[in-house]
Amino acid sequence: MQEFLEFALGGLAVGMIYAAIGLSLVLIWRGTRILNYSQGGMAMFTTYVALIVINHTGNYWEGFGAALAAGLLLGAVLERVVIRPIENKPPLNAVIVTIGLLIFLEGLAGIIYGGQFRSFPPAFSIVGLSVGHTALGISRTDLFTAAAVLTAALLLAALFRFTAVGLRLRATAFAPNVARLLGVRIGRVLTLGWALAGLIGALAGVLVTPSTFLYPNSMDSIFVLGFTAAVIGGLESPVGAIVGGLVLGVVLNLAGGYLGSDLVPMFGLAALMLVLMVRPSGLFSTTAVRQV
Amino acid sequence: MTLARHTGAALLVAVVIFVLTIRLGPFRDYQIAEVAAYVTAVAGLTYLIGLSGQISIGHGAFMAIGAYASALLLLHLHWPLEAVFATSALAGAAAGGIIGVAAARLRGPYLAGATLLLAVALPSLADKYAGVFGGDQGLSVSVTTPAWLGVSFPPTRWLAWLTCAAALVTLVLLANLGRSRIGRSWRALRDNEVAASLAGLNVARMQILAFVVSSACAGLGGALLAVVTDIVSPGNFTLTLSISLLTAAILGGLGSLAGALWGGLVLVFVPTYVQDVATSHGLSSAASSNVPIAAYGVVLILVMLLFPSGIQGGLRRLLGPVAPAASAPFNALRRHAPASEHQEEGTT
Amino acid sequence: MKRTHRANLALVAGTAVTAMVIAACGSSGTSTPSSSPSAGASSSSSAALTASAPGITATTITIGSHQPLTGVAAPGYDEIAPASNAYFQYVNAHGGIYGRKIVYKFLNDQYNPTDTSTVVHQLVLQDNVYAIFNGLGTPTHLAVAPFLNAQKVPDVFVASGCECWNAPAKWPDTYGWQLDYIREGKILGQYVAQHFKGKKIGYFSQDDEFGMDGVKGLDDEIPKSQVVARQTYNPTNVNVGPQVAALKAAGAQVVISFSVPAFTALLQLTSLKLKFSPQLVVSDVGSDPTTLGGLLAAFGKSKKLSALTSGIITDGYLPSLGSTNNSWITLFKKIHAQYIPKLPFDGNVAYGLAAGYTFVQAMFKAGRNPTRQDLLNAINGGLPQGPSVAPYAYSATDHNGITGAYIAIIKNGALVQKGPVLVTDTSSSGAITPYTTAQPPAPASGIPAP
Repeated sequence: MQEFLEFALGGLAVGMIYAAIGLSLVLIWRGTRILNYSQGGMAMFTTYVALIVINHTGNYWEGFGAALAAGLLLGAVLERVVIRPIENKPPLNAVIVTIGLLIFLEGLAGIIYGGQFRSFPPAFSIVGLSVGHTALGISRTDLFTAAAVLTAALLLAALFRFTAVGLRLRATAFAPNVARLLGVRIGRVLTLGWALAGLIGALAGVLVTPSTFLYPNSMDSIFVLGFTAAVIGGLESPVGAIVGGLVLGVVLNLAGGYLGSDLVPMFGLAALMLVLMVRPSGLFSTTAVRQV
Repeated sequence: MTLARHTGAALLVAVVIFVLTIRLGPFRDYQIAEVAAYVTAVAGLTYLIGLSGQISIGHGAFMAIGAYASALLLLHLHWPLEAVFATSALAGAAAGGIIGVAAARLRGPYLAGATLLLAVALPSLADKYAGVFGGDQGLSVSVTTPAWLGVSFPPTRWLAWLTCAAALVTLVLLANLGRSRIGRSWRALRDNEVAASLAGLNVARMQILAFVVSSACAGLGGALLAVVTDIVSPGNFTLTLSISLLTAAILGGLGSLAGALWGGLVLVFVPTYVQDVATSHGLSSAASSNVPIAAYGVVLILVMLLFPSGIQGGLRRLLGPVAPAASAPFNALRRHAPASEHQEEGTT
Repeated sequence: MKRTHRANLALVAGTAVTAMVIAACGSSGTSTPSSSPSAGASSSSSAALTASAPGITATTITIGSHQPLTGVAAPGYDEIAPASNAYFQYVNAHGGIYGRKIVYKFLNDQYNPTDTSTVVHQLVLQDNVYAIFNGLGTPTHLAVAPFLNAQKVPDVFVASGCECWNAPAKWPDTYGWQLDYIREGKILGQYVAQHFKGKKIGYFSQDDEFGMDGVKGLDDEIPKSQVVARQTYNPTNVNVGPQVAALKAAGAQVVISFSVPAFTALLQLTSLKLKFSPQLVVSDVGSDPTTLGGLLAAFGKSKKLSALTSGIITDGYLPSLGSTNNSWITLFKKIHAQYIPKLPFDGNVAYGLAAGYTFVQAMFKAGRNPTRQDLLNAINGGLPQGPSVAPYAYSATDHNGITGAYIAIIKNGALVQKGPVLVTDTSSSGAITPYTTAQPPAPASGIPAP
């Protein structure tokens, strides 16, 4: 029972990170119909920015804020400079461009910061918490991670549903030509979408890097799982990304714990295929498909 | 007629390669062999994406299957190479059939996600069943130059001949397939799935067939790569390989076999070229090993910005009339995208 | 349609030819490598320097290597080749090897055996290197060892602890260098069996031959009944929560870890989270205090963390980096400060310097105008002990390198030796015996005597 609790809660904690990456992928997909393969690379880069600030000022929260700001900026700049020219081109070109972007960011980080592992501080203590005599297997930092991701998701949902900006974002995603006719500045809205995705990605980066250590390729495997989470939940649904991330985290942890760590990737594949065979567009998709 | 024309072209290319392998040095021969292995795999992938409109970021897994099949056959059964290559292609085809069936209902990014995870998960089986697959150390593959060539025949030249022969056979078969009824069916369902289905095409069967053909090519490509690199291990088949194959297919020009050739050449020659340029500038170690990486990323971005239809598309534009079908094959990722005004918003 | 198609094919053929001709013009050297038995090693000290083998000219010796300079295996390991190169530059600045300068070309293979094969083919077939030195990684080097032996290129001092490099009949050109993992497992295992009698032991090992060989050595010494859990991890998955939870559930009081530093750190951090505090025994590569301390540096909030590295039991086959009176460490520090000050002075740098020293030892012994066979003969004849605490095993029938290590406990960020150096072999029944001969000091010039 103790073990099960540790596996499950640990899985939820790590699933929050997959959820965050999945969320940023969903944001970009909904807005621009592009799969941003460089999402992990962007998060890695902004985490380096955070580390520089933390080492300079000695203050974790300043670094945290710097990462989020850098995420906003990086997302906006990349959209404007690199993605805008290919937005109306064949969508597979965007895949290659984002892959190229990822490779470039990893190389750039290696050039500027070197390939060494860097230690990245957690927000709070990582010592495990217990209820009475039962160790829960999670720490204050894990609770903060969960709270941060959920808050970000809720704020995003509120943005989408209750603000004019959110309405414009949704309009651009689903009926860009009509939105343009109604006076929405499509270009600016798309830039905003990427900026927000960069922000969420940066958040995921600073939350997960204490456990992966910071180096140019640190977000590679996290990205794969975040992508999986988004696909499980359905790329159209932010809630789906969160649920997908949590489900994936728990399933992988339980599989790794009870069946051995070498089967974890196969289990991830099995979980994904199971979901997709039942619902080919993810758990939370309800898009109508025209059957003939 | 088509077969004769394609075979003739292949023979012409074979003569060119024969001359090149003799004139160029042994390391260039090795690189030619690498190119041939990649071209075989990329050709299948470019047909899958370009002709049938399905995306796969997991073809490295099919290469792994073909490679391990060939390694096991050579190690335990000592079959002749032709039989080994054919069986590796069949192994790839079988796996492609299974994946094709499982993924028949998936479109666009969901298919991408499934194939991505396949690429990540499959090599871990080698660690799990280390007794059979050699675990992390992998299995050794060794191919000896046949005796009739003489003792001092450079081994890399033999590798180049072997792999190029296999690649040319594959390309001829694929070229024929592309011009056949099956190829036309693939194009039809890529362009408009509903219309194709209305016209009587069995969409699912055609899609699965495309997967089978492309994974057979990838399986053969994996066997060729195994023979060239002398080892088959999980470390050879990382996600990076699958991404490189996708990159090569798109950079070269989707749906086109010439594009597969350009893609293969880019894969083998661009990274070494960029590395040579970097080391010759005497940068510090950390910088000099990362500059080629960053430069490769920039190259990918620039090529896509400048040649949206890939290298082959760019060459066509520069040198000849634009073939009307050249721009169609790119909607593989948008397969399930909303025809905006007609689709509901389907989320919370 | 026909015309376009034919034009296409002509275009393809023509461009392919053009591309390859351009590439051919750029290629340097098309000579096939020779295992030339040129005029044997000259022993006269005033004989002229000749190009006695591929890669050797009158003024240079060119050697090559494959290293993970980028990618997931790069952190830490990318310091080794620059460190060896620093030692070579030091030797070059002080007269070289009989006047020749060493040129060290280490190419990036990103720990991918496909790339390893490509760069090694390039080094041998195009760059005509004299030897391949310190090729890093087991799966990567296994890709090229057969090729190197078929081409009769010396493949010296492989940077991997696999005992597969000791195969003189099958691979006469290949030599190991570092203490192999089976020996290391035996030495650590014996210490644990002697000092933790009756306690429950858990294993935490990497799921490749590094971990498997280490466990094999451990099992030779530790009674099976004491081992309550055997957990493995894969370097691509940083979430080791399930493994640590399983170790805790089994009640392990001592955890022996055959892990790389990142995963030692993850083991410790996850144990903190799960409130699990066993005695840690970590193999040499995973316990380097500088690297480990660097990984754990940002976790200084919890008071318990200051004690994280102290108390770890490990082994070492080079002198402790914290020694203040060891002539080898003094030499290493001097070269590090002069040539590679930007790199941290950690276990990887010491490894690279020590391996470079061994190569220079072998080259001096090979003679003034060495052929490739001369280098092999030099190593087969045995090399005097260098920076390692135990002697090499090199002989015509044994291509293993360092044969032993000492047990140490980490205190204040440095290894503190506990007990004598222990030497052994790789067999399951081979005895582990103390080696009491004092380590020879470093030469005053820092360069081995010819």
